[in-house]
Amino acid sequence: MSVILDVQNLKTYFHTDYGLVKAADGVSFQVNQGEIIGLVGESGCGKSVSILSIMQLIPTPPGEIVDGKVFFEGKDIMQYEANGPDMRKIRGAKMTMIFQEPMTSLNPVLTICRQMTEILELHLDMDRHSARERSIELLKMVGVPDASSRVDDYPHQFSGGMRQRVMIAMAIACNPEIIFADEPTTAVDVTTQAQLLELMMDLVKRINTALVIVTHNLGVVARYAQRIYVMYAGRIVESGTSEEIFSNPQHPYTRGLLRSVPKLGEKHGTKKLVPIFGLPPNLIDMPPTCAFLPRCTYKIGRCEKDEWPALRSVGNQHYIACYADIRGKQ
Amino acid sequence: MADNSGVPPPKIDITGITAAPPKHSEWRRFARVFFGRNLYLIGFIIVVIIILTAIFAPLIAPYDPLQNDLRNKLQSPSKDHWLGTDQLGRDILSRIIYGTQISLEIGFSAIFASAIIGILMGLTAAHFGGWVFAIIMRITDALMALPGIILVLLIAGLGNRGIGVVIFALGFGGIAGMCRMMCGQALSVKQNDYVLSARAVGMSNWRIMWTQIFPNAFPPLIVGVTMGIGGVVLGEAGLSFLGIGVPAPHPSWGGMVMDGQRFLLDNPLLSIAPGVAIMFLVFGFNMVGDGIRDAIDPKLRGVL
Repeated sequence: MSVILDVQNLKTYFHTDYGLVKAADGVSFQVNQGEIIGLVGESGCGKSVSILSIMQLIPTPPGEIVDGKVFFEGKDIMQYEANGPDMRKIRGAKMTMIFQEPMTSLNPVLTICRQMTEILELHLDMDRHSARERSIELLKMVGVPDASSRVDDYPHQFSGGMRQRVMIAMAIACNPEIIFADEPTTAVDVTTQAQLLELMMDLVKRINTALVIVTHNLGVVARYAQRIYVMYAGRIVESGTSEEIFSNPQHPYTRGLLRSVPKLGEKHGTKKLVPIFGLPPNLIDMPPTCAFLPRCTYKIGRCEKDEWPALRSVGNQHYIACYADIRGKQ
Repeated sequence: MADNSGVPPPKIDITGITAAPPKHSEWRRFARVFFGRNLYLIGFIIVVIIILTAIFAPLIAPYDPLQNDLRNKLQSPSKDHWLGTDQLGRDILSRIIYGTQISLEIGFSAIFASAIIGILMGLTAAHFGGWVFAIIMRITDALMALPGIILVLLIAGLGNRGIGVVIFALGFGGIAGMCRMMCGQALSVKQNDYVLSARAVGMSNWRIMWTQIFPNAFPPLIVGVTMGIGGVVLGEAGLSFLGIGVPAPHPSWGGMVMDGQRFLLDNPLLSIAPGVAIMFLVFGFNMVGDGIRDAIDPKLRGVL
């Protein structure tokens, strides 16, 4: 398996009136060809910002990609101008994105056909007729019933789940190398979530593309992701195969996360859920020490003095950013 | 658990829906909303009548609007002159009928000129932001500080009078408003997810501006444009009333109101009739504007 996306030390800062927000502060991760990756963390930890930075969609100002390299197919795409032709050729064709809100991610005044053919004409140089045929084919692939007539409908004539299917169809339109799904199922109900996830996994396998699922839903990544990156306060704090992360979490934050999720099959009332105490940190003007320190129950003397630790290996493909060794501790 | 490669996931029926909802033609929907309300329908009929009147003025008008007939001046309504005659004996009905030509000519030209320039300016400012925004908005501020009436007085004072000057002045005065309206709309449309998702599929700035931002920001402006026609006609009437609008022998409604005020006690219709004509035109265009807005606004789809 070859690495198709290699993010190195990505730093995206936002200049706000209240101070500097380091939304992504040295994020590094790799995605292999055809791999499904989970990017997990609570709201505001920098998951979406990292993804948008990679695609160079961060609004500037106030955002700014301060540092970092993103190698995609061997080239550092951070060298490209954000709205330049090189970047536009990649966006939507080789690197696509599924947004969180299907209700607002489609242009309300254009038909589905117009919006889909736009992409095909833009990247694949199709003429209008074959682009239309291809759009219908794509809609059939994602399970939109009666696709050949619904292609001329407007977004408001689709339900939320159906719109998200259209978004998925648009994301796979040009057979991308990698798809970023930014909380793709958060805005739809649970049964639709399951349908959409099954559909996405099926399609990803069929066209052999890599998928990065950004989510705070641990159930989703547990079922589908092969590897998981856990983010906290703009940094990756733990990474590993999903088996490792779920059975043997080594970072205090990951352990806290997993303890706060109810498990199916556990008898009611036998075990209390353990919340993580405290609140997520305010990202403005953070101290140099570990951001999880105030909430950590495993802290050791070194944590108070030294800077945020770098990732260190604790097993096969398993890395944590923590000084403490919590193995065997409760 | 995590790696599900061994166990195949349970098959889920991914559609769940078998029949698509019935289809409605967009035009039919437009017509249903637009003609479904009596008020809009009345407005539409008024506008159609006014436009037809302007086109067929030479056929409908019973007299030449410029023909003096001093023996029959200041007559009350009669069988020969339905609305009476003015101080020079000209038939008022004919003058009002011909006046629609001038009113519409000024209304449409001024509003389209200002709309096109204003929309381009506003769209550019909102889309590109930064220093482009700052410069365009300062220009707009400067335009707002320059009242159209002063402009006409200035040009008229230099010795130029005529319809062209009135169109220029009223159109010039409208640019700032159009620009601001478009800019505000475009700025709010720009925040939408679909603009970000258009960028995420690799569309260029220019294409995003015309396919994503403009069509979504435009509907509210249609109201502005159609209502603006009423406003411009009113403005023309005001200028003519002050004597600096459309020059003398031509039948302009505003000018007729002014001419008539001296004879209000002899024949009040001299002022009232063109005034009512102005009122109908403004009302008609306002209603049509409202109707179009309701009918094409995507946010009201499904509601109306």
